[in-house]
Amino acid sequence: MGARYGAASDPSNQKSIKVADILAHPTSPRDGPADPGRRDFIHIATTAVAVGGVAAVAWPLIDQLNPAADTLALASLEYDISKVALGSEVTISWRKQPVFIRHRTPKEIAMAKADDHAPMKDPATDAQRVKPGHEEWLIVLASCTHLGCVPTFGQGDYGGWMCPCHGSQYDTAARIRKGPAPLNLVLPEYTFLSDTKVKIG
Amino acid sequence: MLRKLFAATAFAGVVAVLGAQPALASSSQAPLKEDVHWSFESPLGMYDQAQLQRGYKVYKEVCSACHSMNLVAFRNLGDPGGPFWNPKYPNPNDNPVVKTIAKDYQVNDIDPDSGDPIKRPATSADYFVAPFPNVPAARAANGGALPPDMSLLAAAREGGPRYIYSLVTGDGTDPPPGLTIPDGKYYDPWMSGDVSSYYKGDPHKIPVGGFIAMPPPLIDDRVTFDDGTKATLKQEATDVAAFLAWASDPKMEERKSLGVSVLIFLVIFSGLLYASYRQIWRNVGH
Amino acid sequence: MSEHPSTYNPGSAFERWLDTRLPIVRFGADLMTFPTPRNLIYWYTFGGILAFCLAVQIVTGIVLAMHYDASGTGAFISVQRGIMRDVNYGWLIRGLHANGASMFFIAVYLHILRGLYYGSYKAPREVLWLLGCVIYVLMMATAFMGYVLPWGQMSFWGAKVITSLLGAFPVIGKPLTTLLWGGFAVDDPTLNRFFSLHYLLPFVIAAVVALHVWALHVPGNNNPTGVNVKSNSDTLPFHPFYTVKDLFAISVFMILFAVFVFYLPDAMGKVDNNIAADPLKTPAHIVPEWYLLPFYAILRAVPDKLTGVLALAGALAVLFVLPWLDTSKVRSMRYRPTARIYFFIWVFFSLVLGWCGSQEPDGQIVSGFAGPVFIDYDINSVTWLSRISALYYFAYFLVILPILGMTETTLPVPDSLYTPVLSHPAGLPVGAAAAPETKG
Repeated sequence: MGARYGAASDPSNQKSIKVADILAHPTSPRDGPADPGRRDFIHIATTAVAVGGVAAVAWPLIDQLNPAADTLALASLEYDISKVALGSEVTISWRKQPVFIRHRTPKEIAMAKADDHAPMKDPATDAQRVKPGHEEWLIVLASCTHLGCVPTFGQGDYGGWMCPCHGSQYDTAARIRKGPAPLNLVLPEYTFLSDTKVKIG
Repeated sequence: MLRKLFAATAFAGVVAVLGAQPALASSSQAPLKEDVHWSFESPLGMYDQAQLQRGYKVYKEVCSACHSMNLVAFRNLGDPGGPFWNPKYPNPNDNPVVKTIAKDYQVNDIDPDSGDPIKRPATSADYFVAPFPNVPAARAANGGALPPDMSLLAAAREGGPRYIYSLVTGDGTDPPPGLTIPDGKYYDPWMSGDVSSYYKGDPHKIPVGGFIAMPPPLIDDRVTFDDGTKATLKQEATDVAAFLAWASDPKMEERKSLGVSVLIFLVIFSGLLYASYRQIWRNVGH
Repeated sequence: MSEHPSTYNPGSAFERWLDTRLPIVRFGADLMTFPTPRNLIYWYTFGGILAFCLAVQIVTGIVLAMHYDASGTGAFISVQRGIMRDVNYGWLIRGLHANGASMFFIAVYLHILRGLYYGSYKAPREVLWLLGCVIYVLMMATAFMGYVLPWGQMSFWGAKVITSLLGAFPVIGKPLTTLLWGGFAVDDPTLNRFFSLHYLLPFVIAAVVALHVWALHVPGNNNPTGVNVKSNSDTLPFHPFYTVKDLFAISVFMILFAVFVFYLPDAMGKVDNNIAADPLKTPAHIVPEWYLLPFYAILRAVPDKLTGVLALAGALAVLFVLPWLDTSKVRSMRYRPTARIYFFIWVFFSLVLGWCGSQEPDGQIVSGFAGPVFIDYDINSVTWLSRISALYYFAYFLVILPILGMTETTLPVPDSLYTPVLSHPAGLPVGAAAAPETKG
């Protein structure tokens, strides 16, 4: 069967070719002399444009993985806080995560301020944990910064929350005071649209 | 010779079999009206935002009483290319016009504290509220007919906005003599249908079109346009057709403009590849 | 793998090490240096274009599957609300996939026409042709199932009509249809399994394409003269001569593709598919996608349901046996002037069949003229035109080609596929035949 192609199939007739040769020499040595002058520019230009094209095509294919418009629409939540009585808190769902909205008593605020310069793992003053003029409202992600369990209020030594999973204790400004958690409960982005309405996210 | 005679007879026999049949009854529709044009019809044409706003008003005040638009969210009204797009609010959820429009609607929800079903004002993230809770309720309120959802109406009909314009302005056309209209219906030459069984006139002049359960929805000054445009029937129909075209293809502007960039790129790239090809094959016989 | 010895010589130590363990670089290098006839024209670029189309469909399809909900209640919304409106560039990816399917079939039909005209199916390339037929049937199955997924009116009713065809078979028909449906009608189970199979088959197609390219590389490419490659001077290495030519052809193809995706995204679809599927309301005209229309016309041309199904299967089967039906010793229709005419008539009738498939069976050919009824339909009807066209379609393969091969007068076939053009003396290879090519 090899005879069909005659001399071409005889290995001794074939010039041994390296990959580099294949890619570097655009014309076969059996054909006319190559023109060495302009030959590289057009190929380089074409390849460069092709690479640009591939990048432009890749972008939508990657961007489609980003949250879609309907998910982003639920990125913000407006909540009416007038229902939350003094000294109580609610747990709401925001971006599919639990969030504490606590209406702090003056005693809780005082306790938090008193400890502003106490030694703690993630130092922060009480003023840094709330919005000016709205000190009685503490809004934090209800997710223990150790491994993510939801802490319960009213337990532990610091008047705040304690995590049932591994015993982390937070104070009345939700700062980590004891236990394995490394950081204070996370503050989400939020603004007060009015005295009774807060927008989270 | 004999073969030819045989063939001719056979042919004659075939022709004689049963003869001409009466034309079969089938549905018909008048050719769509040509007296209206939209900015977005041409390959590079875009939506006219003022027209979309007027069209939205017509939808809101007239159509939404019976027609749902389940796939469109209030925030879509504030998307680029949409009726209330405002570059100051790139996130349409923050757009104050959108939020105001949404607030006027009530949506079903669950009370987070008690678990009871409640109604709350819509936010921009919610979808347009359907006028009827389900299909059987919609039919019951409309004499058995189902007002179609409008989210994709312009894409689901041949001719799109031109069909909607023709149908809506043609609704309630005076029937030609000999045509009786069934109760609760209206004659519309642009409603695809077959009226032959209701027609007692010249059988070669059966009227085109069909009967539609929707009463003529628009008349002059049915709505008042905020930008002062005179609300003639033709204007209202043109504008609502544009709005419905937008509702079914909100990405049209982005699509057409990206298309320009892509085509320019491809033409240049093809040119470069051709030059590359010619360069490679320059001294090669083929 | 093929009869062409490898000329690859590993350059670096790493290449040598890898070459003795998994000669994949050698495999790639051999593909790049593959001796390809130097006279291939643009009709031969559709293979590369098809590979591009398959890649586009797979990539866009996998991405769409990330957002698609394969349930009766969720499918339409996931496409029309999720993908088309909310997912970033979802409208673009869906447009590429839906129009990509049509572009895929445009390319495959032109690829098949090239094969038919230049005798690429003839010995020793019969298996290459058979694998191509298998790919074509797999493409049709994949496209059919893919069209069901958006769960619009046409998706649902098209699925219902075509799957019901199985019921035509006696005895096993009804149990087979129930098996296919997973229920008593086209419903959620059907949709789910179509989604699974639609995701699977393109990879089966890719595997058969690999076999197809392997089967091509054993004898090597055919060429427009149909004359075998006789010497080194007849061929050129695949890279860069045909890689760049194929890329250029793909780029031009992409221009047409882009025009559809960005300016005519719904032109090849059906408006009814933008209405959610309603099992209680049949659309006025149920029509498959354009690339299935000729077979749909053949199916409907036959009045009996079972015979219609067999005719449809026969129309595909006849392609498989083509290499043994065509008796001509001459490969390329360039040198078969009579066969060429019959071929063009076949192309014409295939297009007519496609048009017929889009029309109602009792539609008029010459409008306004009601002719006599012949057997069951007006002679001036789409059905009779389908029957005549289908008759020619079958006759071309089963009667015309076998007879022509034995009785036709062919033009003299050149000795070699390449004769250097004397106006380019620099291009004269050493030892090339100087006989002028006789062309028809």
